[in-house]
Amino acid sequence: MGTVGQYVATLEPGEDRTMILNMGPQHPSTHGVLRLVLEIDGETIVRIMPDIGFLHTGIEKTTEAKFYQQVVPLTDRIDYLCPLTNNLAYCLAVEKLLGLEIPKRAVWMRVMLNELSRISSHLVWLGTHAMDIGAMTVFLYCMREREDILRIFEMVSGQRMMTSYFRIGGLAMEAPLDLFERVKHFADRFPERINEYENLLTANPIWMDRTKGVGKLSAEDAIALGATGPTARGSGVDWDLRRDMPYSGYENFSFKVPLGKNGDVYDRYLCRVEELRESIGMVQQALQGMPEGPIKADAPKVVLPDREKMKTQMESLIYHFKIVTEGFTVPAGEVYQGVESPRGEMGYFVVSDGTAKPYRVHMRSPSLANLSTLSVMCEGGLIADVVAAVGSIDIILGDVDR
Amino acid sequence: MPLETAIDNIEQLKDRPALAQLLAWRPEVVQAAKWDRSELTIWLNRGALCEALAVLRDDPATQFAFLCDVTAVDWYPAEPRFEVVYHVLSMKLKQRVRIKVKLSGADASIDSVTPMWPGANPFEREVFDLFGIRFTGHPYLRRIMMPADWEGHPLRKDYPVEGYR
Repeated sequence: MGTVGQYVATLEPGEDRTMILNMGPQHPSTHGVLRLVLEIDGETIVRIMPDIGFLHTGIEKTTEAKFYQQVVPLTDRIDYLCPLTNNLAYCLAVEKLLGLEIPKRAVWMRVMLNELSRISSHLVWLGTHAMDIGAMTVFLYCMREREDILRIFEMVSGQRMMTSYFRIGGLAMEAPLDLFERVKHFADRFPERINEYENLLTANPIWMDRTKGVGKLSAEDAIALGATGPTARGSGVDWDLRRDMPYSGYENFSFKVPLGKNGDVYDRYLCRVEELRESIGMVQQALQGMPEGPIKADAPKVVLPDREKMKTQMESLIYHFKIVTEGFTVPAGEVYQGVESPRGEMGYFVVSDGTAKPYRVHMRSPSLANLSTLSVMCEGGLIADVVAAVGSIDIILGDVDR
Repeated sequence: MPLETAIDNIEQLKDRPALAQLLAWRPEVVQAAKWDRSELTIWLNRGALCEALAVLRDDPATQFAFLCDVTAVDWYPAEPRFEVVYHVLSMKLKQRVRIKVKLSGADASIDSVTPMWPGANPFEREVFDLFGIRFTGHPYLRRIMMPADWEGHPLRKDYPVEGYR
């Protein structure tokens, strides 16, 4: 097991020569609500222990008191940098429980928006990670492009962040006519922007000094610790759910899965930058192949009817009333649906007892597992490198605590 | 895509790799199995959990080496009250299997899998915190989400969603 064998998550006092140093919960490099308890010997990390729970919102408990469709807005709040990915994982899980097939246009729209969501999330990561290490300009560049994506989300859903755009059975509404032009405009310009970020960072000596050989994680340790996404792929773990266990039409798209070799902060950076290129490629493929047709499944007892139908058809009005007031029942059973979020495997385990409310919804959040790798990355290293290592994991505390 | 009928006959499922491996190892540890919505669930005896997971993890033919998740379901007031749920993944076969162990409310404890998968550490702490299920052999079984002095376990079904307890 190598370094994993030394992984002991305790806070018991160490030798006399060491001291405990608390980093956070307000330290800027932890982006909010995380406390890192460091046991240090001089500037060397002896042990490191993440203390979490500051943000715990009890979403899993709350879902048990909601109708199935009322859970979708809660999923936005788990990983607030890629709400659409969480919407997708939950909707796919419930659709699997229902045995519901959704129209092709909705499938492609979901992929397109999901990849935009991944880009948006990686941009926040790149900007803040670079800023943690001391590069300010990249942050401003990344926020500029992210703004374009948030405007696209606003166009389709009316919201910039908590979009709640996916529905069980399809999408909330048809996209506005000029959406695809807007997305195309962004997709055409974005590859140049990635080159700009790389010009600032990839061959920058300071950047390389701060990231190369820092926060190393082997592939074996990544798997043993349950790490997924770029955190694991940076160590050479060749695994991406979109390619290896495709869902939601990803089998129709061609893309590469970037891998690192050394498992250090620099490789994780390169992995995510390459993922930006692959994602924008998928957005372009989605634009080119976007099918025409409905965006909701033909399931009147589950999917809300169009507004126009409600005004003219009594059945639609009744279905609308019943779904909103009583929800819809889901056959008893349980499913697990994992999707590739920007941080790794985001999985929803949904248990139905045959009523209109989920009996249990559990979220397998990638950030919680990825955070476990911090000990392996940092122990034996220097305090200054903790900031780089934490940033390279790309944690979202809503995703850790839920 | 209408739902297919679930299969819960072990004889009909014995060609599924994970189940075949466990049946070949020690058939008596498998309590039940179900194939539903293209997902395999296997219920195991509590005492054999770690050994069974090690068999699934280490066999070169299947390599269910990735522990995705540990969680639990509370079936209160039914007994056995709890089900501890493990989702393991084989990157080699590109398959998942769900392993479950039933626990009674009066004796809600089970061996920790942290010695096998260090990544189980936070998952098991979370289950302990929110369900009150104890994991024997866990290196640091303390609350992880709730404050240390919190009373009760919020994800239990007899714990109210809102209001006073």
